[in-house]
Amino acid sequence: MERILFGDNQFFAVNHISDSKSREQSIKFKDDSAIMKVLDESIDCGIKTFMCTTHDRIANVCDLVRADPEKYKDFKIFPCMPYAHKYANAVTELGIAGTLKEYVPGNFFGSLFKGGMAYISKDFEAIMELMIDAEMKMFKGINTPVIFLQNVITDLLLGLRAYDMLAAFHAYIKKKYNAEAGFITMNMPKLVTVLEQAGILNPIVCTSINKVGFRMSGGKAVYEETLKTKKIRVVAMQVLGGGAIAPKEAIEYICGLPNIESILFGASSRKNIESTTSFIKQFDEQNKN
Amino acid sequence: MYKIAIIGAGKMGLSHLSILGGYANTDIVGVCDTSKMVTDFLTKECKFNCFSDYNKMIATVKPDAVIVAVPTKFHYTIIKDLLQNNIHVFAEKPFCLTYEQSAELVQLAEKNKLINQVGYHNKFIGTFKEVKRIAESGALGDIYHFIGESYGPVVIKKKADTWRSDPAEGGGCLLDYASHVIDLINDILSPVKASKGTLLKSIYSGKVEDAVYSLLELQSGQTGLLSVNWSDETYRKMSTSITLVGTKGKLVSDANELKVYFKNDDALSGYSKGWNVKYITDLQEGVDFYLRGEEYSAQLDYFVKALSGEVPNTINNFASAANTDNAISIIKKSTK
Repeated sequence: MERILFGDNQFFAVNHISDSKSREQSIKFKDDSAIMKVLDESIDCGIKTFMCTTHDRIANVCDLVRADPEKYKDFKIFPCMPYAHKYANAVTELGIAGTLKEYVPGNFFGSLFKGGMAYISKDFEAIMELMIDAEMKMFKGINTPVIFLQNVITDLLLGLRAYDMLAAFHAYIKKKYNAEAGFITMNMPKLVTVLEQAGILNPIVCTSINKVGFRMSGGKAVYEETLKTKKIRVVAMQVLGGGAIAPKEAIEYICGLPNIESILFGASSRKNIESTTSFIKQFDEQNKN
Repeated sequence: MYKIAIIGAGKMGLSHLSILGGYANTDIVGVCDTSKMVTDFLTKECKFNCFSDYNKMIATVKPDAVIVAVPTKFHYTIIKDLLQNNIHVFAEKPFCLTYEQSAELVQLAEKNKLINQVGYHNKFIGTFKEVKRIAESGALGDIYHFIGESYGPVVIKKKADTWRSDPAEGGGCLLDYASHVIDLINDILSPVKASKGTLLKSIYSGKVEDAVYSLLELQSGQTGLLSVNWSDETYRKMSTSITLVGTKGKLVSDANELKVYFKNDDALSGYSKGWNVKYITDLQEGVDFYLRGEEYSAQLDYFVKALSGEVPNTINNFASAANTDNAISIIKKSTK
């Protein structure tokens, strides 16, 4: 993974501290061309990986990327699935079984769904595989070397102790897509322990890491200890603590931590992309010396 | 170690189950749901002891406490059964379909000295806790007007009917969405006493309202407006906000951002004259296990602590949720 990954929250009005800011972003990125403009600016700044949810509008981004193979020849996407709100709204409306019926493609689920019969573990894995394939369709022909499971699903399975499902995700991504599985989580220390026990070595884990300890469950100290003592490849997200920390101070903290392979951030303007990128380069350089 | 069971493993039930799975001092002894697919998953992948009949589950696993996360129309019967069996209860919101049912359960829980809580999670959000603190401090002066709002994209086109579209089963925007805002107003200011006029609008749903607009009067005499619409797709997810207008200042807060204007410098420690902005990152305490918002973990944390007497069981108890059910019935009656 490259040192800097570009995120997509700003494009889809995801803002953790301000609803009004989120509306401004929704207006700014109404058209796909506005998304492509900022994405191209990030590429100009040397960031070649876009980490994004499987939001419907990403399908349009993928179309535009495929349409210009020369321009995007080094461009990579790290898909993060699923786009949770789509399913969350459906579960509210249709229930869990109804949602699966709606979203699992083909007749597989229809035949499974006929009353009375018992489900076996293989069935649950098969359902998951069909859903992964459905989410991955939009990325056909695009380089996706790492594929992430979104935190709400990773952490749901973690809390339910459905550890085999996490391992099944990891195995299927490798087998079907010849890619590495990554796990987004808000409970990094706990997840790393579980993955280790499941035999997943040196896992890719994307998690909130920031100087103020925002969304670092169990506290900053246990995160720092995990980074120091475990063999993991970490993507740090929410490094600005939702905006609570000044960028320079935030990046200085992140760059000083071990085992952080990549830093994920999003921005809506070239100026902000350039400034965050230059802080990362500056502190990486300092730490080398 | 507390033995906890869950009745209803839908969206909220699974969420509670996952959060409690991370706790050291609780043991999930049973899960009850009518969906075979769900119980097979929980049995085979998660090794939970699953049941399809809650009475059988209670008799078999003898839990200390039960989380009730089934559709509202089943709450009264199930919770009454649990309380009569001396089991502590955490129930999802809204509490009951009528105030009479709620009031009866409040009394029963009190009589049997059982811990009781309802899942109005907004009260565990740092910004709304701060709104309550500011309102109670008197720093805003005489609060003569309030606006409680909530908008989101639940029903954005005509769809087939589910229990959410049936008023007899607890469906509709008033019970589902608006109950959160009403509960916050009840808590931050004072319980609803009367409605001076209500509009319940069906936008896409056939049998239930998709929007609620009501002029409210509180027991404190304060008045204001409730404006809730779950058919508003300009919001990515549910967004709730509270505005308080007082003689010494004005406050506008949603879950993420609290903005407060004070006329004077000495209104409240940590705030100054003019606009002050605080973010959730300044106001929210961390949790040990995060699934979908600190508040969901914090409310269960509070319930488990109440079981052991570490906290007083005052936030979101049945009595406060009954006030909200009462307000819902007042609003409904005012349309007739």
